[in-house]
Amino acid sequence: MAKNFDYAKYLRTQYIPHIWCPGCGHGIVLKAVLRAVDRLGLDKDKIAFVSGIGCSSRAVGYVDFNTLHTTHGRALAFATGIKIARPDMHVIVASGDGDALAIGGNHFIHACRRNIDITLVVFNNYIYGMTGGQYSPTTPEGSYASTSPYGSVEPPFDVCNLAIAAGATYVARGTAFNTVQLDKLVEKGIQNNGFSVVEAFSQCPTYYGRKNKQRTPVDGLKWQKEVVVPAAKAKDMNPEELKGKILVGELHQAQRPEYTHLYNTVIERAQSADAE
Amino acid sequence: MKIKEVRFVSGNEACALGAIAAGCNFFGGYPISPSSEIAEFLSELLPRHNGRFIQMEDEIAAMGSIIGAALAGAKALTATSGPGFSLKQENLGFACMAEVPCVIVNVMRGGPSTGAPTSPAQADILQSRWGTHGDHPIIVIAPTTIQEIFYEVIRAVNLSERFRNPVIYLLDEINGHMREKIEIPEPGEIELWHRPKPPQDKGWDKPYERNEEGVPLTPDYGCGSRFHVTGLDHGVTGFPSGSAEVRQALHHALMAKIENNKDKIIKYDTFEADDAETLIIAFGSTARSARRAVELLRKDGKKVGLFRPITLYPMAEEAILKAAEGKKKIVVPEMNLGQYVLEIRRVLGRDIPIAQVNRTDGEPITPDQIMAAV
Repeated sequence: MAKNFDYAKYLRTQYIPHIWCPGCGHGIVLKAVLRAVDRLGLDKDKIAFVSGIGCSSRAVGYVDFNTLHTTHGRALAFATGIKIARPDMHVIVASGDGDALAIGGNHFIHACRRNIDITLVVFNNYIYGMTGGQYSPTTPEGSYASTSPYGSVEPPFDVCNLAIAAGATYVARGTAFNTVQLDKLVEKGIQNNGFSVVEAFSQCPTYYGRKNKQRTPVDGLKWQKEVVVPAAKAKDMNPEELKGKILVGELHQAQRPEYTHLYNTVIERAQSADAE
Repeated sequence: MKIKEVRFVSGNEACALGAIAAGCNFFGGYPISPSSEIAEFLSELLPRHNGRFIQMEDEIAAMGSIIGAALAGAKALTATSGPGFSLKQENLGFACMAEVPCVIVNVMRGGPSTGAPTSPAQADILQSRWGTHGDHPIIVIAPTTIQEIFYEVIRAVNLSERFRNPVIYLLDEINGHMREKIEIPEPGEIELWHRPKPPQDKGWDKPYERNEEGVPLTPDYGCGSRFHVTGLDHGVTGFPSGSAEVRQALHHALMAKIENNKDKIIKYDTFEADDAETLIIAFGSTARSARRAVELLRKDGKKVGLFRPITLYPMAEEAILKAAEGKKKIVVPEMNLGQYVLEIRRVLGRDIPIAQVNRTDGEPITPDQIMAAV
């Protein structure tokens, strides 16, 4: 991580302080996105940063790109329209676990299937923060939330396995704890010419943490540190050692034609038929 | 006007051809009867005109995609029918709030719920006006003939651009599927409007500052002015605001944008209305039966006329008041159980008898039914 990184270059500082709670991991994840953009040297005018509704979705307002704060769950649908109208733009989507995988689950799998060149960063804090700590599709089974006062009985989604199964061509998982790794994952996600999913664990001391023995931000970060195993290392570990562990790092890469490029061939075919 | 070609087409095809003539270059849709042919025709036409078509994963995504494309500079359109129109309402409200130009075609079918997918209805009138939550501005247009479908969709796209507001374009299963001869003019013959440009391309930081018509000077994404768009209450900078003053000003400005320009948006037609004693007020394909009823009754020497609103909202209130002056009776036929008639009653009050002709059995209202009501 660059020690003297000039975040002001990318932030709309007049709208800071942000609305996130003290100790929230979302600012850490957002900073990783900014560092990745900086390392890639992208033109700010050519970046569309799109979000839905929830804590994660406020990220876009603080950043000096072309920003769009849409409706709950629909960021990928709006982003798809932007990318198709302006294929030359870099489209990055910030979405939460509830936003991307519950109300927006349909858009998530279809964006993966289409392999449209959009990078989705899932700010996964395993809870609905903005509405007061209800359980989400990524809340670990048995966890407490304001709508699971006796412990959640629903199994969670594995965000990355879902993305891989649906056809995303770059899939990675990182944490707010390991920002050096997260920077790289976001950077490679943006570089991938196709649909990329970068899941980032983000601690929520206010709701998830308070109800699940991760009361302080440090507790939440420690949990992230302890629960993960680098994917590269996991290859040499047996099932017993991997029990209860979550893989981080690059989990999937594939080469597949990108949607807007494929649509260019549709235009060519339609116009060559006219020319004949 | 120089005519390029004469075609024999359905209303849905005329709508697609009109969208191309209007300069529409993005369509995001989802299949639903009886509107699907619009998507089918545009999937063929758009790539031939350097436009782009996408079939999204659902109705909500289709609405989201046209908003995204429009913010990135495209002239965007979608088409749907009853249930799909219901699903689009939240994002439609976003487009009203964020002032995103776009056209939503609704080829109306019977409802509620799945209703009668391939039968006609005009039952989405009030949903078109008030379907999404919150007070919001909207333009609703309902054409009658196939030729009119071609021209009015161009007007719909133009109005959406000029006022940066969603326009609801209401066909119904009858005029969506009916075929008639239409004349397609040469491209240069049609006046096309583009959204108002901000005073500078780069560094414009007041995307919601308004021009003399009250329309925001919002740049397109990627043009060099980086700005923020949100569905939250916002000020001229586009950023959320908790100020009571800013919020109230926004809501008034949204409504004033349409109200203050209604003379530029309202369009209607009359037939034998001046000396009529009974005035029929009908729109969409029902106006065809109404016109026939007027012709037949006039042959019998009965003084009957027709007032046909083409713009349903903003409502032609003054024109309706004037047209109804001195009339003994008003007849409002519509393929629902009485929706637009509520608006007519609101405008005309209780001084003049108003008869309704309604039908929701999937069959069109016939001239005979209207004649009986007259």
